[in-house]
Amino acid sequence: MNQAISTLDAFLTHAHELEREAVERYEDLAEQMEVHNKPELAELFRKMAAIEQQHVDKVEGLAGGQPRTFAPWDYQWQTPESPESIPVGQGHYRMNPHQALSLVLACEERAEAFFANVAENTSDPAVRESALQFAAEEREHAELLKVWLARYPEPKADWWQDLDDPISQE
Amino acid sequence: MNKPESLVPRYSHKDYKSAVKPIWCPGCGHFGVESSLFRALAYLELPPERVAVVSGIGCSSRIPAYTQCYGFHGVHGRAPAVATGLKLARPELTVIVTSGDGDAFSIGGNHFIHACRRNVDMTLLVMDNEVYGMTKGQPSPTTPADWDSKIAPGGTGVNPFAPLAVALASGANFIARGFSGDPNGVAHLLVEAIQHPGFSFVQVLSPCITYRPEERFWKKTVHPSSVEPTRDPAVAGHRLLSDDGFTTGIFYLGNRPCYTATVDTSNHDLSAIEEDLAL
Repeated sequence: MNQAISTLDAFLTHAHELEREAVERYEDLAEQMEVHNKPELAELFRKMAAIEQQHVDKVEGLAGGQPRTFAPWDYQWQTPESPESIPVGQGHYRMNPHQALSLVLACEERAEAFFANVAENTSDPAVRESALQFAAEEREHAELLKVWLARYPEPKADWWQDLDDPISQE
Repeated sequence: MNKPESLVPRYSHKDYKSAVKPIWCPGCGHFGVESSLFRALAYLELPPERVAVVSGIGCSSRIPAYTQCYGFHGVHGRAPAVATGLKLARPELTVIVTSGDGDAFSIGGNHFIHACRRNVDMTLLVMDNEVYGMTKGQPSPTTPADWDSKIAPGGTGVNPFAPLAVALASGANFIARGFSGDPNGVAHLLVEAIQHPGFSFVQVLSPCITYRPEERFWKKTVHPSSVEPTRDPAVAGHRLLSDDGFTTGIFYLGNRPCYTATVDTSNHDLSAIEEDLAL
């Protein structure tokens, strides 16, 4: 589906929800990692939540306040949820920083694709200009994340194996 | 759908979320269901103090602790009974029962059937992961007969329960199925369920990534219903009995009148009972 978002108002509503839900999901994941004693990953997700909150603030600045909202199912996402949120079901208590950063990178790439798609399909020059600007910012983040990602080793093949597994299912 | 008119939302996810951190495994589908519930309540602009979340026992039943709404973490399988009493005594509250496949269909199977039959105006949200997660992976009433595990080698050999068909036969007034990987879709179902008069039953397929890791692939198996919801129980019955268990959407919209309290409790003085019960 192509996003034919034709007004700046509708665009800012989408951008706000995308960034707000990203904050919400990163905060949830940070809590999950704290509960499961993964402080390094909790810190990463808290940091990401803070970065995305800056985007929420930026959109609110552009909109002159909190934009209006749509019903959750009326946003024109191409994914079940807003594109910058780590999908439900992707986390794992045994994941390592490389895996967590890979999930974050995928979020940035989906967000960039969303904004690029909006820019390509809108008929409104103001929407196109804003969407291209947002897409460029997401691309910048993605490039930075790729640098971070290279610093961490990939997980071992049996990363999900837990020596203290509650019960074996094989 | 009745939507309050306001441009800026009065409530958001955070207004319904408590300070208690969920202890579900990261990746658990229940996170998606919790998010859907909060989105639905925010959409309906229901003040947290006007909502009661009642549960039984199990991973899914922890939700009352995770919300700012009123909560009651009840007895295993008996959440519908508690919720029935609450709704009849306090009809102004929106009452949501959160449960799991073991709590609702096994330990609480009898309560499930009779809650459908009574048709009190409340919503039963069952997070179905086809396993007893909290007690470490035993087969539940909805587990496929051939699911092989150390606890049930070769599978139980017992046909899984068909909750939606049972709900229809028992008299539920609204029957739907969602998938936790689609939180916005589930939020939409919950809004419809809460607004529909009578007993609403929503089954949400919610993967247990720890004991049923293969359920991660449900996201490729679920598919939306290709037909409109029906008000004809015979049509709904045919659809449900021929369904593969992975169709999402609303299956049935009934129009039975709700059961309401026939005794006016507003003028009763409870002090006499309190005196009788005093130790």
